[in-house]
Parts: sequence; structure tokens; C-alpha cells
Amino acid sequence: MLGLNSRDLRLFVIVCALCLLAPILLNPFPVASSLGESFNAGYPALMQRFVIFGLLVIGFNILFGLTGYLSFGHAAFLGVGSFAAVWMFKLLSYNIVPAIILSVIVAGLFSVVIGYIALRRSGIYFSILTLAFAQMMYSIAYSDLVGKMFGTIVTNGETGLQVYNDDPQFLMGEGAPTVPHLFGLEMNSAFTWKVGGWEFIFQNGYYLSALFMILGFYLSIRIFRSPFGMMLRAIKSNQTRMSYTGLDTKPYMLAAFVISGMYAGLAGGLLAAMDPLTGAERMFWTASGEIVVMAILGGVGTLLGPVFGAGVIKYLENIVSKINSDILHSWFAFMPEWMENLVVNILYPFVGKGWHLTLGLLFMAVVIFLPGGLMQLGEKILALFGRKKKSDDAKTGATEPAE
Amino acid sequence: MGILEVKGVNKRFGGLQALGDVNLSVAENTVHAIIGPNGAGKSTLLNVLVGKLIPDSGSVMFDGQSVLGRKPHEINQMGISRVFQTPEIFADLSVFENVMIPCFAKRDGAFRMHAIESTHHEKDIAEQAMAILEDVNMADKRDMIASSMSRGDKRRLEMAMCLVQDPRLLLLDEPTAGMARADTENTIQLLKDIRTKRGITMAIIEHDMNVVFSLAERITVLAQGTPLVEDVPEKIKGHPKVREAYLGEAQV
Ligand SMILES: Nc1ncnc2c1ncn2[C@@H]1O[C@H](COP(=O)(O)OP(=O)(O)OP(=O)(O)O)[C@@H](O)[C@H]1O
Ligand SMILES: [Mg+2]
Repeated sequence: MLGLNSRDLRLFVIVCALCLLAPILLNPFPVASSLGESFNAGYPALMQRFVIFGLLVIGFNILFGLTGYLSFGHAAFLGVGSFAAVWMFKLLSYNIVPAIILSVIVAGLFSVVIGYIALRRSGIYFSILTLAFAQMMYSIAYSDLVGKMFGTIVTNGETGLQVYNDDPQFLMGEGAPTVPHLFGLEMNSAFTWKVGGWEFIFQNGYYLSALFMILGFYLSIRIFRSPFGMMLRAIKSNQTRMSYTGLDTKPYMLAAFVISGMYAGLAGGLLAAMDPLTGAERMFWTASGEIVVMAILGGVGTLLGPVFGAGVIKYLENIVSKINSDILHSWFAFMPEWMENLVVNILYPFVGKGWHLTLGLLFMAVVIFLPGGLMQLGEKILALFGRKKKSDDAKTGATEPAE
Repeated sequence: MGILEVKGVNKRFGGLQALGDVNLSVAENTVHAIIGPNGAGKSTLLNVLVGKLIPDSGSVMFDGQSVLGRKPHEINQMGISRVFQTPEIFADLSVFENVMIPCFAKRDGAFRMHAIESTHHEKDIAEQAMAILEDVNMADKRDMIASSMSRGDKRRLEMAMCLVQDPRLLLLDEPTAGMARADTENTIQLLKDIRTKRGITMAIIEHDMNVVFSLAERITVLAQGTPLVEDVPEKIKGHPKVREAYLGEAQV
């Protein structure tokens, strides 16, 4: 069905179901409970991030996972996507359709140019070139060099770009929404469902983003299983053999680079569609590094890994970082005071502002013990439960007999 | 005139004359062996033929067209495939994928954006790939990851990858090195069968004289970068110059 083999189809259905039910699954605790206050992740702003960054890393994985070329500047494409989208809001209207289309196109154009140049080298030099490009673009955006050159505003420098009342918005109709919308369907409007102490929020913006992630995930499965995907894995494996087999590696690489750049642009456009402002910091090198970490944490080259990697990091960044010492004290209040203080003092460096420390330790543990990322952990757990060992990996999947 | 014409090719590596005024003509539909002691420049000559090295001077014509200055993938698309001295295969891919890739390259050319259709739906390609794997007796290994195979199997796989493209000229650099006796015999048989079935022209480098004398129709002896003699196998065997070049190597 859908052109997928049965295993991929199952994976795809699971992802769809998780996206659909995320508002419920991520809010397992009653709102007023202390666990709910600390650990409920089912609020729209965070769920949007889960799926948008999931989409971003799915695209990144088409490049890094299949070809092995590590781009260290992917946040730049996310950034230009966001800028393009906000400009569409400023010039046309708050309808997100032109914004999202343009964000993909602009990111695509940037990735053609950057890819063409960076792909002259491979390995570490390729990574450095992409990093250099991204940092250049960050600097240009941060000081609005292009805007200054023409005496106007393009990225609006440190302040960041947003929509003002006196922006032209040529296509803005009378009484049209003044927030991003899809033909009138406002992104930030939501339906809240209250059952007992629980509260579940179903937001338009989240579901639109989730739809895009699902489409992106579907496309990535198709690419993984296609002859093109096989060529990309062949590039990773042996470029010499590739060229002596009559294949030109350059256009394959460039196509992979541009596809993943366009995924990033789409993610950037969606970020702007959820919240119509952006700034240069979205392109900073730490943002690019985060994408790499997400991919490795989840499992490079697997279909589902990138989504998990993005989810784990966004969870740590938004949930663990909010835990403060008061919350820790309240958890361990049942202990004798000296013990409570001891435990809190031990845990404190790992939460709140220290969430990076947790992430670092987690990352180290994964790289050392689970080179296949969290997906490998998932497989091990499944194997423990006596199920036949399955890998979601392209390697084995591609050799399965046809349906 | 031969399908492959090498004229006056020179190649120096620093002070070393790896190839000195090499002239070679390979006639269509024959097996031409190139033999010679270690370091004679045999692999270097093949490197020149497939575009891995550019000679300092001389010309290399394949089927009336120059190959010099062309990229390796262009030379392959002209119809030249090569088996390397150290196996060059897609080590992380399955055996089956390894042979499918050259099929795609042959059918679709150097690049095709073929990203949505599933590989499984390419029935013709799969059939071709399966047929060649049966020819080299590797059908049962189709789902193995290529890196996990023995050296001899890797070599046979690489040969299958080249043969499946139905090249007009097949270059083999020591195809039986590292193979067990039985596998060597199988390989000789395979190459013979391929020759009679499809009529591929082959240039083969070998140290194993058994292989050379059972396959070759002409033999060129290379020593210190220069061809010493070129003749039919019977005349090469007792040739004094050949003995000289192989001094200490008793098998000739
Ligand atoms: N890329 C290179 N750079 C420098 N020297 C090289 C290079 N390739 C080959 N040589 C030298 O050229 C000479 C010929 O090498 P070549 O590999 O062609 O020999 P060969 O006849 O294939 O020997 P063998 O039977 O051992 O494979 C050797 O002395 C080798 O060291
Ligand atoms: Mg050699």
C-alpha cells in the first residue's frame, strides 16, 4: 500500500498515529499535579517543535545518513526558510501558503549554490566549508549587510525580522486574520478537551506541522528504498567504485544536498508560520550542531531515528531545563532533610540550566554504547521481549524480496 | 586496427619511469594478457586506460575515440569496465545491491533522478543481477553484506559487477589473486564461457601462468615499463627475453 512494503507501512502508520495522538500521549499527568507541571509536554509550542525539528532532521538524514557527508551548516537553510516566510507575511498576507512555498524555494536555491561549492571537497573539508558558509550567512544576517547595502531592511540585524502594522501586506483582505492562517484557519487557535484533571490541547498549527512531517517522512521512506537512495549509500560506501561503474557522483551528491536543504527550508518556513518572527540566531553554528547531535542521538541512517533524536533533545531543552531546585525539593520532601539536600545537590547540576550536561552525558553514552543511536536501543529492547530482531535500517530493508 | 590502441605512452612518477613508450593493440574479441614481474607497470597501464592516471605523453584510443582527459565514469560509459587488483566493491551494501548498481548505470547512464520508485519494482534489473550472480555461483550469497565475504568472493563479485554491464572491453587486474585453486579454475571457466557467449574483449593481467595460458590469445610481456615482446602464447613460453625478465621466477 502507498508503494511501501509491509514493514515500512507499519512504521509509517505508527508515526501517523503518534502524531495524531501526541496531544494526549504527551500529557499523561493531570494538569494540577506536580508531575504534570514538570513533565507534561503536550502543549502546542513544544509539540510544534517536536515535529518541525523532526522534519528538519529527517531531511538532514537523507544527506548525512545515506551519503555520509556531514553538513555542519544546515541551520543556515532553516534560517533562510524562516526569513523568506516572514517576508511573505510582510509583503503579501498572513496566509502561510506563499510563505511556505517560498521558504522551500529559497532554501533550495541557497543549497544549490552552497552545495555546488562545498561538494568540491569531501570528508572534514566538506564539513568545514558548510560550517563556513553558514557562519558567513549568520554574520550577514546578524548585521543585515544586504539591507545596509541597499539602504533598507532585509534581515533586520540583531532585532530580528517581524511583521509590523505599516507593512504593505498587499493581499491582506478586509477582516483577514492578523495571525498566520491557512485560508482563514488560524494556526494558533486550538480546541481544549478537559477530562477529569486532564487537559488536552489540539492546535491547528501543530497538526499542520505534523502533516508536513508525515509527508516528509513518507518521502524519505520512498527515497531510502529507491534506486537514488541506493546510489547515495553506494557513494558512502565506495566513491571509486561508483565512478568506475559509470556513475557521476557529483549530481547525486548535489541532489541529496539540495533535497535536505529544502527540508530544512520547509522546517524554517513552518517555524515562522507558527510564530511570525525570526532572527539570525536561528542560523548560528550551535543550531547546526544541534541538528547533527539530534541525528546521531536518534540513529543515523535509520528512518525513524531522526524523529526520536529531535524529540529527545527538544524534550530536554524545554522540560528538563525548567526543573529548578524548588521542584527538586518538592519531589524529595519525603526524605529526611539531610538526605533530601544531598539528593537535590547531586541532581541539581543536571537540570535547569544544566540540561546541557544531561544531554552531553546522554550523547556520550549513546555514542559509546549504542553507535546505532536510540533506534538501536529500541531494537535491543524489542529483542529482549522475544520478538524477532528487526532493524528499521535501509541496509536490510532494501534487500527484501519485492512484495 | 584493434579496439584498443595505445601509442607511445609514457608515465613518470618522480624519477621512476613507470611506463616508457608503451605501444599496445588489443584486437576486438580476443583475450590479451599482459604479464611481467612485480613493479613492471602493469597496473599503471590499466590506470591510464580507465582515466585514473593521465600519461605524460602518448595516446590511448578506444574504438576510434581518445579516452585521455575523460572522467572515469565517462570511460566506463564508453564500454570499458575494470576489475581492480585490490577489490573495489560497495563493502557496506548487500551482494545483490552491488550488482544492481552497475545494471542501473548501464541502463540509466551516469545520473538519473530516480528517487520515488522502489528498487523492488525494477524487475528487469533484478533479473539481470540475479542471472550474473548465478553465473559466478554467488546466488546463495545475495543478501550477505559484501564486506563480510572472503577475498576470493569479493573478487568474483567485482567481476560480476563488471560483467553484468556487458562491457566492450573488460580489464582484469590479477582476477584470481587470493583465490583458492578450485575458485581459480571456476573463474577461468567463467571467463571462457563469457567470451564464447558474449564475445567480450578482455585485457588481463596475471601472475598465474596457468590462467594466462588457458585464456590468452596474445601475450605482451612488460618489464620496467616497456613492452619486451608481444606474441601468441606458444612463442612466449620459451622466449629468451621473457626468461631474462623473470629471472629467478621459474614458472615460465
Ligand atoms: N601513484 C603512484 N605514485 C608513485 N609511484 C607509483 C604509483 N603507482 C605505481 N607506482 C610505481 O610504478 C611502478 C609500477 O607499478 P605498478 O603497480 O604498475 O606495477 P605492477 O606491474 O602492477 O606490479 P604488481 O605485479 O606488483 O602489481 C612501481 O615501482 C610503483 O611503485
Ligand atoms: Mg599491479
